Amino acid sequence: MDLLAIDVKGLFKRFGDLVALDGIDLSIRRGECVGLLGPNGAGKTTTLEILEGLQVPTAGEVRVLGRAWATDADALRQRVGLALQETRLVDLLTVRETVELFASFYARPLPVDEAIARVHLEEKARARVGTLSGGQRQRLAVAVALVGDPELLFLDEPTTGLDPQSRRALWDVVAGLKARGCTVVLTTHYMEEAEVLCDRLIIIDRGRVIARGTPQEMIASLGAGQVIELEAEPAPSDARLSEVPSVVAVQRQDGRLLLRVGELHRALPAVLREVEGVGGTLRHLSTRRPTLDDVFLGLTGRSLRDEKEKAA
Amino acid sequence: MRTNPLVQLLLMRLRLLWRNPGVLFWTFVFPVVVSMVLGTAFERDVLGPVKVAIVDGAGAQALAERLATEPELAVLRLTAEEAHRQLSQGKVAMVLVPGPALELRVDPSRPEGRSARLLVESALSPPSADRKRLRATPVSEPGSRYVDFLIPGLLGLSLMSTSVWTMALPLVIMRGGKLLKRLGATPMRRGHFFAAFALARGVFALLEMVFFCAFARLAYGVPMVGSYLAFAGVVLLGATCFGGLGLFAASRIDSDESANGVFNVVTLPMVFLSGVFFPLERLPGWARPLIEALPLTPLNAALRGIMLEGAGLTTLAVPLAVLLAWSVVFYAGALRFFRWV
Ligand SMILES: Nc1ncnc2c1ncn2[C@@H]1O[C@H](COP(=O)(O)OP(=O)(O)OP(=O)(O)O)[C@@H](O)[C@H]1O
Ligand SMILES: [Mg+2]
Repeated sequence: MDLLAIDVKGLFKRFGDLVALDGIDLSIRRGECVGLLGPNGAGKTTTLEILEGLQVPTAGEVRVLGRAWATDADALRQRVGLALQETRLVDLLTVRETVELFASFYARPLPVDEAIARVHLEEKARARVGTLSGGQRQRLAVAVALVGDPELLFLDEPTTGLDPQSRRALWDVVAGLKARGCTVVLTTHYMEEAEVLCDRLIIIDRGRVIARGTPQEMIASLGAGQVIELEAEPAPSDARLSEVPSVVAVQRQDGRLLLRVGELHRALPAVLREVEGVGGTLRHLSTRRPTLDDVFLGLTGRSLRDEKEKAA
Repeated sequence: MRTNPLVQLLLMRLRLLWRNPGVLFWTFVFPVVVSMVLGTAFERDVLGPVKVAIVDGAGAQALAERLATEPELAVLRLTAEEAHRQLSQGKVAMVLVPGPALELRVDPSRPEGRSARLLVESALSPPSADRKRLRATPVSEPGSRYVDFLIPGLLGLSLMSTSVWTMALPLVIMRGGKLLKRLGATPMRRGHFFAAFALARGVFALLEMVFFCAFARLAYGVPMVGSYLAFAGVVLLGATCFGGLGLFAASRIDSDESANGVFNVVTLPMVFLSGVFFPLERLPGWARPLIEALPLTPLNAALRGIMLEGAGLTTLAVPLAVLLAWSVVFYAGALRFFRWV
């Protein structure tokens, strides 16, 4: 049996003049949960839709569960579940009728009530889809994605717009699927979600993979044990701050300075001296451990948090 | 049964139609309302008795009594001046001036004058044993009134618009909302999907037919001269044909606005040209071949033929062939152009 759930080499996708995917390689093992991260327009949805057999790549080789969409589409559709970034399900049907409809397409579906229960929509089973809230609709989309009991599940921003509680409930759903050996590929703009759910992350920007690895590896790759966040009026220049011993990188975000540092006890006193040196007054000072957001910011110059706000 | 995809898709379609007040209105209420409005507006009045005036004077009383034996005459006794005024205004059809020789005055430009003369003559002629009075029985035959003409045409019109809209609009909405894409990502068989649409349309077309025929029969006494089975067959063929038109027209559209425009463009000309409200004979001759080729024209012809003249399917071979040909064109076009994403 093929150990790779997904094997992609040299994936290109053009829309007219626009190059949406510019040579992407992916290999995802069975049972893995992999997160695709990247700013808006990076090519996450396009990548997923090619893997789902909904778009045809301009060039590149795609094998899903050891098969190709061109020759084995029927068999693959039985084994793959998915939720698109946005789908408007039929407003006039009830939740249960919707799940029942989708279940009927699969050879060995989950019991309808179980699919509904997994996303905690039992109370809404008899409600019309048109009366659901945005978050409830998204959970229904996930129920529909997993009702075919797939081996491989694609979720495109499954938690965008959900309240923290529903988001956590959805994390449990994904964790449960992982425990059953299901391979999950998801996109997200939420760093903590990527960190909690994903075994491995792939960061895409402008149609290329710019980083990949486990969340821990990525954070370690920053070479920084701590991040200093500070606001000062006036602030010392970036150039001077990057001269400070043990400072790995300096970045600005929302008028705040973010300094990734190797050893806090060496860097912090020197940074404060720099602020004094320019006659600056501190408005904010804090330190924290680096997160994926810092990885993202370091790689793209943008923060995942910005992307999240744009997406919401 | 419940896990059969075709059953589930069909249930989805039926639920959607049934739960949509708009669909129910246009399918069931609208044709009834139109036929009530038009059927009443064009109902012809029954002719009343013919009014004649007798100029007062000697012999007027006797004359009036003799004329009273004719029930279709209404006799007024007026002064000479008033009688002539009413004649010139058309309020009476004839003025009788009694005297040694009875004089009848009529306005030669009005047809009632002639009826009045015949009625007066027959009332005044001496009854004779060998000449029995002819008796007329009033007949206003169902099947030949305007409302009889209207009902099958309205059914055709309603079948056309409900078929086009209920096939096409959901597809447009499903495409715009990415639901077609989502369904395309499941193992659903494409054929099941289209079959469910077509079957649901067929069910609703038959309901529409039964409901409308029952209404026409109860409210207007519109007869069904031909066979219900043949009629139902034609209804299904019409629904299939126009469902195909809807499918074809919607094969690429993904927004409501363009859908409205396109569907109106494809259906509106037929509303006025295809003999829904008035017979084709009133249209200029050069346009006839073109109009005969539009799909609603043969549908209306077949529905009228069966309902009013009892035509069999074999006599309707030509219109049915035209409908069938259009169906093939529409479905082939839809299959060729239909986009799931
Ligand atoms: N059908 C299309 N036609 C033309 N351009 C497209 C099409 N689909 C996507 N694109 C373009 O391809 C690029 C990648 O889009 P994609 O939807 O994959 O981004 P994404 O990473 O999913 O972004 P987001 O986080 O906003 O969902 C974008 O520049 C987008 O405008
Ligand atoms: Mg996207």
